[in-house]
Amino acid sequence: MDVSILRQGDYLIASIRSDLTDSEARALRAQLADLVGRTRARGLIVDVAALDVIDSYLARVLRSIALTARLRGAATVIVGIRPEVAIAMVHFRLNLEPLVTVLDLDEAVTLLDTSVREGALDGG
Amino acid sequence: MADEVRVEIRNDADLVPARAQGRALAQRQGFSATDATLVATAISEIARNIVMHAGRGEIVLRTVDEDGRCGVVVTATDKGPGIRNLDAALQHGQGSGGGLGLGLPGARRLMDEFEVVSDARAGTTVTMRKWRVRDELERLRRRRVRDG
Repeated sequence: MDVSILRQGDYLIASIRSDLTDSEARALRAQLADLVGRTRARGLIVDVAALDVIDSYLARVLRSIALTARLRGAATVIVGIRPEVAIAMVHFRLNLEPLVTVLDLDEAVTLLDTSVREGALDGG
Repeated sequence: MADEVRVEIRNDADLVPARAQGRALAQRQGFSATDATLVATAISEIARNIVMHAGRGEIVLRTVDEDGRCGVVVTATDKGPGIRNLDAALQHGQGSGGGLGLGLPGARRLMDEFEVVSDARAGTTVTMRKWRVRDELERLRRRRVRDG
């Protein structure tokens, strides 16, 4: 599984670098839930810009990564969904609430800074 | 020249090459990046259906050129137990454990044409097609000119 996970201050940044199998996606969810607790991270950023397909299964796993992180005390922001991937995701009519998505890393950090300070992002 | 690619599906790792091959074939057919992504995503959904419900099967990807238009045909076959309630599966997915049954209706919405033949003895075959958008527009235009 080609995913790099960095810690930056109160945040964890997971960058998915290549297409994931279903079992790798589930392993990533478990790994992130564990890391959020161990590092006491307040925010989790998942960079999906390298993914050229997000099908209904992966969309659900991303959502459950966010829900799991929330229970472990961190807000999640998904970064970099490609435009054509976004178009495909719309076809599934999946309820992706409470996924929070932004276009780039800077925006993700700004959003987390604000929401962690104000306790506002109860989405992720 | 028709292009044909076969991908054997035995476990979830086989979805990765199936998606990549589907995208590559659609791009060779001149599909836009968006439509190639829709094709790759639909392939992923029906390949997962094979893994979950039949265990193993095969996906055949083919190009078609007919009637002034170019397209991609995806055929997924398995010898699994068949789909008991096809209408329900197409409406809401198979809805088996964990609510993972979005495969069929999701794939259907991503493609232009979609057919399922399923039988408890013979297994399931899903055939789906997508056409290159600019050919469809050209066909519409010609029809409009012809019909005045």
